[in-house]
Amino acid sequence: MSSTRQARRPAVAGAARGGFSRWLWPSFAAPATAYLLVFFLFPFYVVLGVTFGTIDPILQTPIPQWNPAQWDTGVLSFTLSNISHSDGIYFGAFFRTLAYVGLATLLCLLVGYPFAYFVARHAGRFKGVFLALFFAPFWVSYMLRLTAWIGLLQDDGWINRALHGIGLTGGPIGFLDGHVGTLLAGLVYGYVPYMILPLLAALDRVPHEHVEAARDLGASPARTFVRVTLPASRQAILAGVIICGLPMFGDYFTQQLVANVNGTRMLGNFIVDQLRIPIFLARGAALILVLLALLVVPIAYYLWSTARVSRERLS
Amino acid sequence: MSRLRTALSNPWARPRFLWAVGVGYVAWTMIPVLVAVLFSFNSTRSISNWAGASLRWWISDPNESLLNDPTIRQAIAQSLKLSALTTVIAVPLGVAFALGLDRWRSRGSGSVNFVMMFSFITPELILAVSMFLLFIKVFRVIGLGTTGQLLGLVTLALAYPVVIVRARLYSLGKEYEEAALDLGASPTQALRRVTLPLLFPAIFASAAIIFAFTLDDFVIVNQLAEDASNQTVSMFIYSAARQAPSPAANAVGTLMLVTSTVLIVAAYLVYRRSVRRTGGGIRGAAREALPV
Repeated sequence: MSSTRQARRPAVAGAARGGFSRWLWPSFAAPATAYLLVFFLFPFYVVLGVTFGTIDPILQTPIPQWNPAQWDTGVLSFTLSNISHSDGIYFGAFFRTLAYVGLATLLCLLVGYPFAYFVARHAGRFKGVFLALFFAPFWVSYMLRLTAWIGLLQDDGWINRALHGIGLTGGPIGFLDGHVGTLLAGLVYGYVPYMILPLLAALDRVPHEHVEAARDLGASPARTFVRVTLPASRQAILAGVIICGLPMFGDYFTQQLVANVNGTRMLGNFIVDQLRIPIFLARGAALILVLLALLVVPIAYYLWSTARVSRERLS
Repeated sequence: MSRLRTALSNPWARPRFLWAVGVGYVAWTMIPVLVAVLFSFNSTRSISNWAGASLRWWISDPNESLLNDPTIRQAIAQSLKLSALTTVIAVPLGVAFALGLDRWRSRGSGSVNFVMMFSFITPELILAVSMFLLFIKVFRVIGLGTTGQLLGLVTLALAYPVVIVRARLYSLGKEYEEAALDLGASPTQALRRVTLPLLFPAIFASAAIIFAFTLDDFVIVNQLAEDASNQTVSMFIYSAARQAPSPAANAVGTLMLVTSTVLIVAAYLVYRRSVRRTGGGIRGAAREALPV
């Protein structure tokens, strides 16, 4: 394409390669690139500097160490040993976080897949309505959505009344007294739209002819699903698991609002709490490093695989 | 039993189970929000026990209503200010970024794009904490507070216009711009007179999305706030929900919900109308979708 363009319009194509135009587009990208360098990449170096820095003996605050040759790994090894030993301060939170995020992500998939399948395949003329209602939670404040559940789940809230009214329970269930189940429900409620987003896109693209062909050739509905629909949405399941699971690792407010007891505290809670105390800043920074190290592989894999998929789709 | 089997094996039957899933999901996500909106009109302090409708928490309570509580008014002002400033900064920055990344083909643009996508997917807490340390340990001139919150929100929002505008650039193709160049326009003229007008719906949509999205942000603004004067609506609802739930928090949440909804619907209408007019692009699929 570009070669025919150049042949037909040599003067302009030549000009486009000239000194002015060569720098035109990079200069468009320059301000945002600079912004990302200063306010996205450089802060990671600050996290490293604080983690491996020293403590001011008088002010009791961390002094960042910018020279990697003089990094002090004391705080990081303290953090790691408190994660790996069963009596360490982060041990419980670390494995709870992994378990809660894993379970909540799985539940999101179990809730989200049938819904995405329904909207893509069976909603018919109501598809637009369902799509609009699906997108609504993205711009409803997360805090308002959780507040809604706090009202419903109170001892005198509508859910306890309904359960009591139909005779299922004798007295109110203390949903908000710090139960793992409530926390998981809150996480699923908060993050399930992120799971559905890529699933919807993928299931919408599965050609109807493929499904019909499988059915015509005698495959049962279940077999058609397993052999045609599921493989076509495998990439989207992976994308959904990543973009739904990643932000949950940094969640602390859901725990604070619906299950605020020590036994459900996640890594995010420890990070935020340590940042409130100047002398523990380095510990908070070290936990951020741990989180980043844990998540950098899924993040990079996701970016790599979406790039690959979009390349394949074009060739 | 045999009737059940017949029903199950009929491929053209209405899939009742899936309809139940669809309707049930929407009810599950939307009804609690509607209940929260309803309780902003409760006549007592409870957010769980309905005692009759009133405008107490909106206008009539002399101290704690939306209209009369200075804390709430300040939080609304802070939220609107931060969202407006973030939109004003992030949209031009992001649109220029999208154009630059789209046309600047080199090894460098690939790495820059990777960093941009990385910022897009990094958990917000990691962004918030690293910027918190940046402002208290390095850029102490900026420090915590409104400026810090604003810079944090711009980092968070920057990728949205890039993703939206670039998708529109792909679907538009290069024909319009090349036609302008063929007819003798300079590259900057073609950009200003042809490409930017065609991108307008995408730019407008990303502005609305950024505004609505940053209006609800909690993690960044909370971490980068210095004192009560930086409190936003989301921070107000959070602390109310933790300490003393009050229908006033529901009311302010409802107000933000209405603001966001109006914006998003407006953006959708503008986008749909203009995209229809230009025919949705000529050979959009021929371009790669995500050049990482």
